Amino acid sequence: MSSFSVNEPSKRTKWFAGTLVIGYALITMIPLVWIAITGFKSPADAIAYPPKYIIGSDSKAGFQPTLEGYVNLFTTRTRQTQEFLDANPPENWADEIVRQYDMVIVGPSKFGERFLNSVIIGFGSTFLSVFLGTLAAYAFSRFKIPLADDLLFFILSTRMMPPIAVAIPIFLMYRQLGLSDTHLGMILLYTGVNISLAVWLLKSFIDGIPTEYEEAALIDGYTRFQAFYKVVLPQAATGIASTAIFCLIFAWNEYAFAVLLTTANAQTAPPFIPTIIGVGGLDWPAIAAGVTIFLLPVMIFTILLRKHLLRGITFGAVRK
Amino acid sequence: MAEVSLKNVSKAFGKTQAVDDISMDIEDGAFVVLLGPTGAGKTTTLRLISGLEKLDRGSVHINGRDVGLDTPAQRDVAMVFQQYSLYPHLTVRDNLAFPLRSPILRTPEDVIAEKVQKLAEVLQIPHKLDNKATELSGGEMQRVSIGRALVRDPQIYLMDEPLSSLDAKLRADLRVELKRIHADLGSTLLYVTHDQIEAMTMATHIGVLEEGRLVQYGTPKEIYEDPASVYVAGRLGSPRINILPAELFPGAHKGAQIGLRPENIRQGDGVEATVLRSEHLGDQTRLHLDLQGHAITTLTDPQQDYAANATLKISPQDPLYFDASGARVV
Repeated sequence: MSSFSVNEPSKRTKWFAGTLVIGYALITMIPLVWIAITGFKSPADAIAYPPKYIIGSDSKAGFQPTLEGYVNLFTTRTRQTQEFLDANPPENWADEIVRQYDMVIVGPSKFGERFLNSVIIGFGSTFLSVFLGTLAAYAFSRFKIPLADDLLFFILSTRMMPPIAVAIPIFLMYRQLGLSDTHLGMILLYTGVNISLAVWLLKSFIDGIPTEYEEAALIDGYTRFQAFYKVVLPQAATGIASTAIFCLIFAWNEYAFAVLLTTANAQTAPPFIPTIIGVGGLDWPAIAAGVTIFLLPVMIFTILLRKHLLRGITFGAVRK
Repeated sequence: MAEVSLKNVSKAFGKTQAVDDISMDIEDGAFVVLLGPTGAGKTTTLRLISGLEKLDRGSVHINGRDVGLDTPAQRDVAMVFQQYSLYPHLTVRDNLAFPLRSPILRTPEDVIAEKVQKLAEVLQIPHKLDNKATELSGGEMQRVSIGRALVRDPQIYLMDEPLSSLDAKLRADLRVELKRIHADLGSTLLYVTHDQIEAMTMATHIGVLEEGRLVQYGTPKEIYEDPASVYVAGRLGSPRINILPAELFPGAHKGAQIGLRPENIRQGDGVEATVLRSEHLGDQTRLHLDLQGHAITTLTDPQQDYAANATLKISPQDPLYFDASGARVV
């Protein structure tokens, strides 16, 4: 038995809502699908007009899929003379692809490294933001803190200015502190930007968890921290999951600070991807391939946490 | 099992004096009901004993030990909240086992399983043990909530209006059940309510609270028959006691106000009153009278039928007297 009831919508309403949602989804999916298929085009097909969008078709709008973009994304290549190419047959399928431009693969590109930096910095700052944010939000929600409202406003006020407005001071500070172009520096920076969002979001979630649960746990023989850990955290899972998604999306997509503060060591994927240069201009299939791969982690992360986002139905156990 | 003693306990929230200098001694095994309207300080008193609130002044002793600085866990009390407060992310079984798994008790799992099963049968919910707490009905939730207190063997049980959210029938059933459980356990139980029926039927002692102060403490019989003030007299008895100017009735008066419970009004002789209306409740009939502009409610024979505006003569029988301020005059 469910402890709440919802009026079952009529069949017509369901159809209408379904059509609306699917239509909206299709429209928002178009750019993503376009990027995904561009990653499998040859450079010529990528900029062809009228555009080609039917995979594997011989029609005018069709193109033959190729892994060229992905090969170019992950490798560095060099042009060779015909004698060299004739003397050295292709070593593998990837090599074979680049031979059509009289090139050979000479090593991996920086993309893997940049992607890994994005993962370390994105997830690292997300974890730190949510961890610190949960503790701070719990304290603000449950304890009498002197000047709590002022402190909360102060935390929020760090978001009132566009972060990039402080880019120069931060650049100078980071240079002095030796945090420029380091993973730690970027994790701290993104945590600093995200923490206000995390504290405010999580505070509202924790405010929504009745204190009776913790009081019951305190009476049941648990300490304050155990009550927090065993009773509050499981119920805050929804809030923690959605906060984590917000934090990750920001840190993952952040471009301006990454351009300014990272170069050789800790550069993330966003400033790297547009710098992929191909033969005679930008290599659109390689860029599209990079974007596609870049999109995947946030997508997977969101899908993994989706269960928690939907499962947050805790009402009904405390009567208000 | 323990006796509890409060000495000059006070607690204020901002400018509101929630509990004002309460002293009471609760003997071992007593079933004490704290009675009073909303805002009288009943729940705060309970929370001060449990340790969920800190004392402003005074002391709380459990079993002779000053627990003022102890955490709720160290005080070894069990509490049932007005809200069901079941942990929504746990099953009924885990909810019941939760106190037993605390770092203080650390009960072995096989003992827990046995205790929970036994308790579930007492509470008549063995088939619901593996349900999520949120999948229960209100009555079942409150039974589990009471069960979570009963699963332990604490010094005292504290219950904060545990039945107030339930429907009348379930409330009546659980009232009997609680009384029986108390008799079985023989433990000290402190129970907060504004329901006089719960107070009268279950309590060995009643403490009546008014605006944070304990105005009277005694057995239900004492509180009913020998109230200290108009306020206390008004807390028990249904229909409520009629408080009237004493001079309405000729005769010797000990105070300015006379208190007449419905059964203290004799019909047939005395001063004349007008019937406003009668309410038939089946087993009894309530008679609403007007006596020189003062409303009076009394009881009469269920067979008796009065027309509106009929008159009848009434006179006091064993009345209670109060002075102008409401204090009892004996």
